[in-house]
Amino acid sequence: MDTKRRNFLKIAGATTLAGLGGPAVVERLVSGTSPAQARAAHGEHPASPGAKTHSAASGHEEKNAPTGRRLGMVVDLRKLRKQPELMEKIVHACHAEHNVPHFPNKKDEIKWIWRTEFDKAFAEHSDYYKDRMTKAGDVLVFCNHCDEPPCVKACPTRATFKTKDGIVAMDYHRCIGCRFCMAACPYGSRSFNWRDPRAGLDMNHINRHFPTRMRGVVEKCNFCAERVGLGKPPKCVEVCGSTRAMIFGDLNDPDSEIRKVLRDNFTIQRKPSAGTHPSVFYIV
Amino acid sequence: MYDGGKIIPGLIIFVLFITFPIWYNRGNAGTVPQPELPKKYKQCVLPDADMRAEHMQLLNRWRDQVLRDGDWGFDVKIGDMKYQKSLMNTCMQCHTSKKKFCDRCHTYASVKPYCWDCHVAPVE
Repeated sequence: MDTKRRNFLKIAGATTLAGLGGPAVVERLVSGTSPAQARAAHGEHPASPGAKTHSAASGHEEKNAPTGRRLGMVVDLRKLRKQPELMEKIVHACHAEHNVPHFPNKKDEIKWIWRTEFDKAFAEHSDYYKDRMTKAGDVLVFCNHCDEPPCVKACPTRATFKTKDGIVAMDYHRCIGCRFCMAACPYGSRSFNWRDPRAGLDMNHINRHFPTRMRGVVEKCNFCAERVGLGKPPKCVEVCGSTRAMIFGDLNDPDSEIRKVLRDNFTIQRKPSAGTHPSVFYIV
Repeated sequence: MYDGGKIIPGLIIFVLFITFPIWYNRGNAGTVPQPELPKKYKQCVLPDADMRAEHMQLLNRWRDQVLRDGDWGFDVKIGDMKYQKSLMNTCMQCHTSKKKFCDRCHTYASVKPYCWDCHVAPVE
């Protein structure tokens, strides 16, 4: 064989080009779109309803008409601040409904919904010269049931996942207690069962229609999936009753009550810059 | 064989001793567990034999359908009645005693399911 160096380099160069560029060309021919177009269309991909629906949160609701349900909540702090006892009642009712244990030790604390100061709930908002109500009143916080939940991405066992209704749910059977989700959640919405939760419950007065948890799993608000699944409103919304301090509904349905409330009021969300697209909105 | 007179009877005694549980209990399967069935209801979700063999797979399937697919509704039919897919809210409403139903077989078979770490057993 008598290959000249010049010919060898030509063949080697052509082979390299074909190897690098070929697959890309084939892919484009097969899919029939350019990469840029494909990315733009991703938001309304019909195969993943709910997974990529940023409607109300990111502001292009008309462009990317989302498919499927996305359950959300509006919390009217104007109403709640006037009645701190109602906030207390909500927290109590939720924790009783879901057998959330009470441990006085802060480290062992389990909470699904709780009261916190404005600065802690809305750390990104400027709080110089706060008005009287903001200073005095607490904010009711719970899981935001994000549209882009970082906890779901962090979970190595898919114990936490997004349901077709947009609820960020937990399957405690699969939780291995690694607490990656707790590290991932920017809102501190998750609690770890350091101790046997039944030790923090009065087992004679628990809700016998809902399980407890076991030691070594992470737990959080489930948007009352067990009630919503049967067509009932979440417990906190039920407790608010006619005060309508919490409004629950489908964010993807433009005619729903929650969307009407969102149209009529200026709302804020917790840590919008985290890019999680929370489904919980606050009227301040 | 040196000392055969001692070794062979020794071996025979050893084998008899080791196999004691087998020949002592020969022809006797022990007391078969008798789980107490509900008196009011005669029909379960599946035929008896299937329930006996597959209730654990059924419970896992129900769990996945309810939690993952959001299938909370009352769509388990027994005769005219409709039930939810739920251990606590369906199974244990008829089988009102964990001790007299679940535990009798589970103890016999020496299986320790972790259901009751979280799920709440009926008051007994």
